[in-house]
Parts: sequence; C-alpha cells; structure tokens
Amino acid sequence: MIEIKGLTKLFGKKPVVEDVTVTIEPGTITSFIGPNGAGKSTLLSMVSRLLEADTGEVLLDQNNVRKWKSSEFAKRVSILKQANYLNVRLTVRELVAFGRYPYSRGRLTAEDEKFVDQAIEYMNLADMEDKYLDELSGGQKQRAFIAMVIAQDTDYILLDEPLNNLDMKHSVQIMKILRKLVDELGKTVVIVLHDINFASVYSDRIVALKNGRLMKNGTTHEIINSDVLREIYDMDIPIQEQNGCRICVYFNSHT
Amino acid sequence: MRLWMLVIAAIVLSFISLFIGAIDITPKDLLNWESDETHIFLISRIPRLLAIILAGAGMSIAGLIMQSLSRNKFVSPTTAGTLDAAKLGILISMLFFTNVTYTQQVIFSFAFALAGTFLFMQILDRIKFKDVIFVPLVGIMYGNILSSITTFFGYEADLLQNVSSWLMGSFTLIIAGRYELLYVSIPAIILAYLYANKFTVAGMGEDFARNLGLSYKLVLNIGLILVAVISTTVVLTVGVIPFLGLIVPNIVSLYLGDNLRKTIPHTAVLGIVFLLICDILGRVIIHPYEIPVNVTVAVIGSAIFLTMLLRGRAYAK
Repeated sequence: MIEIKGLTKLFGKKPVVEDVTVTIEPGTITSFIGPNGAGKSTLLSMVSRLLEADTGEVLLDQNNVRKWKSSEFAKRVSILKQANYLNVRLTVRELVAFGRYPYSRGRLTAEDEKFVDQAIEYMNLADMEDKYLDELSGGQKQRAFIAMVIAQDTDYILLDEPLNNLDMKHSVQIMKILRKLVDELGKTVVIVLHDINFASVYSDRIVALKNGRLMKNGTTHEIINSDVLREIYDMDIPIQEQNGCRICVYFNSHT
Repeated sequence: MRLWMLVIAAIVLSFISLFIGAIDITPKDLLNWESDETHIFLISRIPRLLAIILAGAGMSIAGLIMQSLSRNKFVSPTTAGTLDAAKLGILISMLFFTNVTYTQQVIFSFAFALAGTFLFMQILDRIKFKDVIFVPLVGIMYGNILSSITTFFGYEADLLQNVSSWLMGSFTLIIAGRYELLYVSIPAIILAYLYANKFTVAGMGEDFARNLGLSYKLVLNIGLILVAVISTTVVLTVGVIPFLGLIVPNIVSLYLGDNLRKTIPHTAVLGIVFLLICDILGRVIIHPYEIPVNVTVAVIGSAIFLTMLLRGRAYAK
C-alpha cells in the first residue's frame, strides 16, 4: 500500500503541493486530475522518489520511500514520465529488456527473457520488436514504453500524462491496456490525466487537486458530478450518462 | 557492418602500418634479430601501432560515452572543452613547477580535463534550449575560451611553442619509452565496456534511470572520469586528434543503434581502422616525409562530419 502523508513541495517559496494526504488503494486505477498547475505531476514525482518532498512522507508498505534501496524500490514501483523526446536509438526489444534492469543489471537470464517476451506479446509489439524507437509512431512508442514497465513487473505503475500527443484511437488503446493490467494482472495504476472523461470512464478512484491542495478524493462516482467539478474547475459541467459511463460535456460550458 | 569485417580490416591495416615508413622494412629482415631493421621495428613501428590502436579506440569510446551521457550526438571531447581543459592543465603544471615532472603533468592535465568536462555538463544542465547543433556550438565556444586562456599564459610565460606542440596530434614522435602512458587507457576502456548498460540507461535521462534503480549521479561521474582519463593520456602522448570521438560513434549509431553494450566493440575497432587509414595516408602522401595525423584526420573527418550535419540533422534529433 502507498500512503501519502502531509506532503508539501516548495519551488522557491511557492508551494506547488501543499499538505496532501492520500492513500492509494491497491488493485485500482487512481487518476490524479485538476487544472493546470494543480501539482499533479509534482505529487506523482514525489511518490516515485524522482523529487524529494520538503515536508511529509510517502510510505510504501509502512516504510518511507526514502529508506528503500533503489534497486528494491525499482522492483515495486515504476514511473513513466513523458518519454517522447527520447532520441536514443534502441530497438523495441532492447528498450523492453531494460525493464529487467533492476533484476538482472543488464545481464538477462532466461527468466528475464521470458518476462520480456510476455511484455512484448501483451502490448502487441511482436511484429515490430526489432524496429528502432525512432521509426515508430507516437502511439507505438508509448506502447513500447508501457511494455518496458510491464517487464519491470512492479506492483505499482505510475504514469504521468501517458495520453499526451496521442490521437483518440491510441488513447483508448492505452487506457484499455491499463484497465487490463489492473483487472488481469492485479497491478495498481496511478495516472495523471488531463481529460476528465478518460478519468471518469476508466478509473476506480479519482484524486482531485487544485493549486497544490487536495480538493477531493473518492470513488469515480463521488467525484464525477457537476457540484464537485464546479469546485475543481470553476466551470459548470453537465454530465450525461452513456452506457453506464458518466461523460462530462464541458466543451461549451460557461466559464 | 559486421564486427569481424572491421577486425579483419584493422589487422590488415596494422600490418601495412608496420611495414611502411622512411626506412624499408620487410618481414624477412625481422628474421635477423640483430639487424637495424628489427631494432627500428621494435622501438618505433610497434610502439607507433600500439599508440594508434589505443588512441583510436580510446578517443572513439570517450566520444561515445559523452554523447550518451549528454544525450547529444554532437558532443565529444573536442566539442565540450575536455581536450582544451587538459591542455590548460599541462600549462598550469609548467607554470607551477619549474622542473615539472611527467607525473605532475599527468595529474594536472587529468584534473583539469575532469573539471572542464564536469563544468560543461553543468552548463548543459542550465541550458534551456537543447538543440542538437546549439549544444556543441556552446561546447566549442567554451573550449575556445579555455584555449585562449592557455595561449595567453603560454605567451606570457614564453611557453607558446610547447603549447602548440600538444595541439598537433601526431604519431611521428612515438617511440618506445614515450607512449606507455597510453596503457592507462586500457583499464578505462575495459571499465567503459563493463559500464555499457549503465551508460545506456543513464543516456535516457535522469528520471528514466532512477525509475530503473540506477544511481544516476554516480554513473555520470564515473563516465566523466573515464573520459578524462582517456583524453589526458591521448593528449599527453599523441596530442589532439579532432573529430575522431565525434564521427566514429555516430557512424556506428547509424547502423547499430545506441545500445552501448552492442556498439562499444564496433566503435573501438572502427576508431582504430579510421585512425590507421589516416596515419597511413599521412605517411605515404609525401613519403619519406610525414603529414601529422591530426591534419589527415581533420580533412577526412570534417568532410564526413559535414555530410552528417547536412544529411543527418533529422536523425540526430
């Protein structure tokens, strides 16, 4: 279990994240939502140890994440940040194999190879495993990075805006895969999302942030309603129910 | 390209390199252990060949490590101030000690090369605009600033002639007893290979590396130390060889990608082949005189580099 307790991060004197306390429920998809500058990515970076918090702590299995050994932590929690700027020429298979780095330090055992094969299979990348990343489209590249994280085989997968620059089809593909990771493999996914409708349709729980503070934390049903969304986004957002999914129709809202 | 093809090319070129020069030596002469030819062969030709091999492999790998760690295809010891800092270090050691020993020179030059490269990486960290061309341009400017400091103090202290001799990469003066420092780069090259996977991971960025549990800063520092060791040994024995660390890793990257575990052997052998070709050309063009290797490397290298710039801007991104 990941517990975030009273976490604060200052950039200069300005708090970007202020006194946030949240518990991530295992076996769920939890979405971080909120307006620009709400501190979503900063919070995710602190949970994954990429950033150090100024006050407060993050606990993984009751132990402060700072106290975990890097190699052990990398077997439990993985984070994928925006990776499209990468200009390293690796093949898809080489990239996915690096997901096994925390286990094998680069010398792949037969078991590592098995994990790599499965991850590639799972992400439907088998026919392009020998292609270089720079020959792939944005969606394929994103799938390759997620395959790497699957090979890393962590209980917790944190993703920072994985749908950025993806078209609708690829966005839906990625979200369906994340859902499968939780439902079939029992992973816990924490994801920063911009589009509240993807959060509404695919996540179990939603954490809403605004100006660095925690606004709401609850099940998707509790968060996706006009009253709560008005508080978060300062917009009147009508909600329509479609095949059991709540869709926020914000495109012509009064702001 | 296959590795064995490169290895065969390197062996053939090595053989040619051993048997050309001002004095004709044939393999038959070597049968007589006491002959002058055998003597020349042992104190001049073999040391020269070994120096070319170590400098060629070393500089290419140093360039590869820098490109990986700086995440820029056009950064190398010559475009990041490493060699200029090493030269400044030698000059400072000569200013400090009236009878400077070789060891003191080595230590100063190493310390400066390391500090100079480190400073460049710090500058790189602060540059917001990380364009593939802009970053090495900053590096070249930075190197020229260091170089002008060297020239200024060299001029003031009447050491300018000494200074310009390190500018000239040349194997002409390599004989037994004057190149052995290059052996220090052998463990550095081996370490580079052992760290290949770590460099590849670090080359994908700090966040990426830390996600996989790699201590990024440590790997970065080890990489910079290896680059400084290799650059120092080459500058002090052979002089500055431009372009080598720039074009060789880029050619390998084009056909083999950026997985260092895979590319380091290719980079090393291609570097040797390239330097051997340049040295042999320099020795035969105005035979029995010699053109210094830095001239032939610069002529051939700049042509290749220009082609890469014009054709490869898209690839480098």
